[in-house]
Amino acid sequence: MDIHEYQAKEILEGYGVKIAEGGLAYSPEDALQRAREIGGSVWAVKAQIHSGARGKAGGVKICFTHEEVEAAAESMLGKRLVTHQTGPEGKVCSRLYIEAGTDIEKELYFSFLVDRTHESIIMVGSAEGGMEIEDLAENSPEKIKKIHIDPAVGLLDFQAREMAFALGLEATQISHAVKFIRGCYRAMRELDANMLEINPLVVTKAGELITLDAKMGFDDNALFRRQKVAELRDKSQEHPQEMAAADRGLSYVGLDGDIGCMINGAGLAMATMDMIKLAGGEPANFLDVGGGASAERTEKAFRLVLSDEGVKAMLVNIFAGINRCDWIAEGVVQAVRKIDMKIPLIVRLSGTNVEAGRKIIAESGLPIITATTLAEAAEKAVQARNEQVAKEGAA
Amino acid sequence: MAILINKDTRMIVQGFTGKIGSFHAQDMMNYGSNVVGGITPGKGGQTHLDRPVFNTVKESVEQEGAEASIIFVPPAFAADSIMEAADAGIKYCVSITDGIPTQDMMKVKQYLRKFPKSERMILTGPNCAGTITPDQAMLGIMPGHIYQSGVVGVVGRSGTLGYEAADQMRELGIGISTSVGIGGDPINGSSHRDIFEKFEQDEETKLVLMIGEIGGPQEVEAGVYAAKHMNKPVVAYIAGLTAPKGRRMGHAGAIISSAGESAAEKVEMLQDLGVTIAPTPSAMGETIAKVLAKM
Repeated sequence: MDIHEYQAKEILEGYGVKIAEGGLAYSPEDALQRAREIGGSVWAVKAQIHSGARGKAGGVKICFTHEEVEAAAESMLGKRLVTHQTGPEGKVCSRLYIEAGTDIEKELYFSFLVDRTHESIIMVGSAEGGMEIEDLAENSPEKIKKIHIDPAVGLLDFQAREMAFALGLEATQISHAVKFIRGCYRAMRELDANMLEINPLVVTKAGELITLDAKMGFDDNALFRRQKVAELRDKSQEHPQEMAAADRGLSYVGLDGDIGCMINGAGLAMATMDMIKLAGGEPANFLDVGGGASAERTEKAFRLVLSDEGVKAMLVNIFAGINRCDWIAEGVVQAVRKIDMKIPLIVRLSGTNVEAGRKIIAESGLPIITATTLAEAAEKAVQARNEQVAKEGAA
Repeated sequence: MAILINKDTRMIVQGFTGKIGSFHAQDMMNYGSNVVGGITPGKGGQTHLDRPVFNTVKESVEQEGAEASIIFVPPAFAADSIMEAADAGIKYCVSITDGIPTQDMMKVKQYLRKFPKSERMILTGPNCAGTITPDQAMLGIMPGHIYQSGVVGVVGRSGTLGYEAADQMRELGIGISTSVGIGGDPINGSSHRDIFEKFEQDEETKLVLMIGEIGGPQEVEAGVYAAKHMNKPVVAYIAGLTAPKGRRMGHAGAIISSAGESAAEKVEMLQDLGVTIAPTPSAMGETIAKVLAKM
């Protein structure tokens, strides 16, 4: 789960990390009020969306008058901002963060991430901040410092010092930097974050270390014990179908194609999508219905797939292990009868009680196309999709 | 021979008396697994499914000589149960539980490392379908009847895709020595490579099938190991050709976050390492058949 910049900053401030003065705004009037409260003569107006690279998309504006603050707020609120991380549909901005301008001397990069290979948290820093770490890693990997944290003993002071020196900080700034790094690490560990990124971390002209942008992502599996973090969820930033799926205990990812899929198991779902692609089609979604695909769950999954209006054919591929094919076949038949499907449906069942399952489909009298193997299912789905597109084109 | 489990392996079920634990414990016994008891703290001394219930794993090791364990404990308590098994002297543990926090798994891995290698419990999973040695024993939740006994060692992250492979192989009359699910989480007990080591040492296994997917470096690491240290041929299929970057595909670990983690990149690297690639998921069986025919 991701959170907004202002939420991450609030969390980090609680861990002793220094941030610039700022406040949240939901309207241009709010924004003006915040700017007045903050005082000074320079403000940053920042769109709160779950994405990096907001600056290039017009989501961060530096303002020198109250009128500019109001105008900037007006231009961002309610708009969809498209960055290279949001996908073409973008993300709606409904909150702004108004922040005091900072006199920047130097921009640095700093983060903590979960490193799968080393099965530990890794601390990453660079004296060259501001740009994307991926670009930096590709173009000048020697400028990135990486330090692994031993999960048994946690972050050690010498590691924090080593990082502070690698960031190119002056001797007088080191103790502050160590405090900053320790605070970030505690936030990461105590809240079950899987990512904490400060980019840029800035050194001001006065020599202070300030967190200018902050991103945090959390382990979904640990939210059960991090109630306060779970409350920070902003559903407006999530894909509506994916959110609906998650609320129903299904795993869904929307894609660009037009063949809808309902499959049990993440690996088989990915494999089935691959088969569709190899057969010349494009999957509309990834959907894992999980182990216990009851009739009720099957119907929910059907509705979810069909809520994407671009879907021209639907493929169901179930390998029943704990499940039984006859139960699933009944669920499919029920769902099709209830929903009144207008597009072709291809069903492939395999595993436990497969004969009984196929019999139920065959005897239902419904125009369900059946397949016995994965390859056959994918080919039939692509063929049915093509026929459907031709039919719609002719109509 | 096979690896990890056989018909004599003395197994216990952690989370024995719960609904899911009971269902699968019964299923495992029906298959022929030597289940000697189960653990549910507070219910020690009772009998469940005709087997003794213990309060602690240690008691089951002392009284029943338990060697292997399967975990159905809810995610919040699963890491603790895994470490309890390791401490009690269990040799092999499968964690079926899905949804264990990442930092808990880091702690588990760290805890396991404190044991000298000869005494260290082997863990597979979490978030997997378990392990089966066909016609002998099942420590998992798979449909046992689709697995035929034979010479192919199978290791994979996905449960149902593993069933698909077993089914294709059975259709072609090809059997399996042992099939091991390592799970779909970013941090798991054993990697593909760890299981490769076991298959290489197993006399019965003549060929290894790796069923991988997008995300993480484990498939390629296994390929590097195979190229350097294995005499047995390796066949692999990598799922997720159509998966976009940065989107998690169901499994917590199935997300392309850096270079080398996409299916196409993994396939290319594995081919360079001498691994035979099953080009599609429906060609896993026939690809194995071709490699076996040449041996």
